[in-house]
Amino acid sequence: MIRFDGVTKQFPDGTVAVDDLSLTAPTGKITVLVGPSGCGKTTSLRMVNRMIEPTKGSISLDGQDTGRMKQSELRRGIGYVIQHAGLFPHRTVLDNIGTVPRLLGWDRKRTQERSRELLERVGLDPALGDRYPAQLSGGQQQRVGVARALAADPPVMLMDEPFSAVDPIVRDQLQDEFLRLQDELGKTIIFVTHDIDEAIKLGDQVAVLRVGGQLAQVAEPSYLLAHPADDFVADFVGRDRGYRALQFQPTPRLPLRSERTIVLGEQPAAGSGAWLLVVDEQRKPLGWVEPARIGSRGVEDADLHRGGTVARAAGTLRGALDAALSSPSRRGVVVDDSGVLVGTVLAHEVLSAIEDTDRPERDEEDPVHGGAVALAEDGA
Amino acid sequence: MIGSLLSWLTDPANWSGSDGIPTRLLEHLTYALMTMVIAAAVALPLGLWIGHSGRMRWLVTATNAARAVPTLGLLFAASLLVGPVLKGDAAYLAPSIAVLVLLAVPPLLAGTYAGVEAVDPAARDAARGVGMTGWQVLRQVELPCALPLVMSGLRTAVLQVVATATIAAYIGLGGLGRYLVDGIALGDYPRAAGGALLVALLAIALEGLLALLQRRLVSPGLTGRGRRVGGSRNDDESVAAEANARTAVAPGGRPGTSS
Repeated sequence: MIRFDGVTKQFPDGTVAVDDLSLTAPTGKITVLVGPSGCGKTTSLRMVNRMIEPTKGSISLDGQDTGRMKQSELRRGIGYVIQHAGLFPHRTVLDNIGTVPRLLGWDRKRTQERSRELLERVGLDPALGDRYPAQLSGGQQQRVGVARALAADPPVMLMDEPFSAVDPIVRDQLQDEFLRLQDELGKTIIFVTHDIDEAIKLGDQVAVLRVGGQLAQVAEPSYLLAHPADDFVADFVGRDRGYRALQFQPTPRLPLRSERTIVLGEQPAAGSGAWLLVVDEQRKPLGWVEPARIGSRGVEDADLHRGGTVARAAGTLRGALDAALSSPSRRGVVVDDSGVLVGTVLAHEVLSAIEDTDRPERDEEDPVHGGAVALAEDGA
Repeated sequence: MIGSLLSWLTDPANWSGSDGIPTRLLEHLTYALMTMVIAAAVALPLGLWIGHSGRMRWLVTATNAARAVPTLGLLFAASLLVGPVLKGDAAYLAPSIAVLVLLAVPPLLAGTYAGVEAVDPAARDAARGVGMTGWQVLRQVELPCALPLVMSGLRTAVLQVVATATIAAYIGLGGLGRYLVDGIALGDYPRAAGGALLVALLAIALEGLLALLQRRLVSPGLTGRGRRVGGSRNDDESVAAEANARTAVAPGGRPGTSS
């Protein structure tokens, strides 16, 4: 657990970057600091490993005041990932990953083994281990950055906009893998971003900071979307928040209808309706076709309309609604966890399911901290 | 002219004795080496410190300005000042080396400082952030990354020092400059040209050696040699394609669970 206690940072020129911040990042969870530029989110993060020293207040790690620890020892116990990866250009990928273990005095062999293990863990080809950072793409460099931070298995990770310098598609991929990794590792993470979508996607808890370094609100993402504490937060979480909140709602049992399907190469039967769903041999959906346009030949790959997204039955309401909305036939395709077709659902059916769900209840006493993650197992 | 130059160079009499080419070459190398050792002992730590701390940058500019002082004038002034104080060869050697050091320090200092200064701020930040001490940051990150520029400063300095060490002969010392000074004084042009040619060849040979040394010392990650081999370029695209495939299958939802 990382705990900020009345932390203030005033720079020598008088600017107050962080103003009396009190916040707890619970053990094993991702706490995202988000806000516009100048809100002190990066300064707050960098005060945890004392890259910046607080002017007032204290920060503790599992109850220990970081101000009393030796700087370099404190930092070796905290994983640190930054925006442009900050890899050491003169060292190979493996040597970069092994930086902290070497600083901690591990021998060469153990460090090498650990580095190789991490290379795979972050989804990189082991052959990349002997390359130099300049030979890697931005996304790959960022993965190496994450691997380096994880090398000595620190319980705490600080991540400063780690995915914002890569293109959106790679970013999405990195975010997904980051969540998968966190599922396995359960680190206590503070993650800084200026992107509210990223904050909501990644955070177990999101702290919104306003310019001047004040905490505007800290809450779980669904709570934040449902009950912004004030106009600033409401503005910052932005439009579409009702729609985006659906991604935190598990899909209830939907009234699925069975769908007539066809495989590639087959000829559509007469009277198949305006749209027909094409599946592969495992009954995994491939796309929709219009039988009227095909006539009496077999369905070809080129006939497929691929516009529709596919929702998992055990996924979220956002996925289900999007599948219905994006489907050319207006029938949203639903699959099971292995991707096999279960049935289809119509948008109004998803909507009535949405109307039946409960929203997070508003905490009238404490609008700022009301939706924060409960600290049951931490005690202190 | 070329013929007489060649016959001077190939005359066996010029290859032995206290005024022979090997002796003069060795003297010349000794001056250059002494100069470089002293200059490096001053400029390297200073440059590293200025680059690392960001303090006293003006010193780099100031030493650069010192390059404008004419070396020969400085040599005469220095030997007039120091000559009476010291005895024997040292009376000539000390001012010569001092003047050459003054010539070698600016490129070395500028190269070292610029090299450290140019280290990627993100790499430096990461080095501190993973828990390196100031010394470890300098030793393990800043210095190796600065090496290409340090080496180019060193090569410039060596080139200048080797060429300029000829002036030591003006105040009575040896070295290849002897041939130049004596040859001109005696009207023995093959000897003067031969000396000049030897200085040039020595400079080229040293330059070649240092270039080799640089290849060995500098990490391939910092040079073009370690760049973009075998298809690493395409990885972003394959990642992108993979990501596309995924988003089509699992829209919305918490994607970590869908893969």
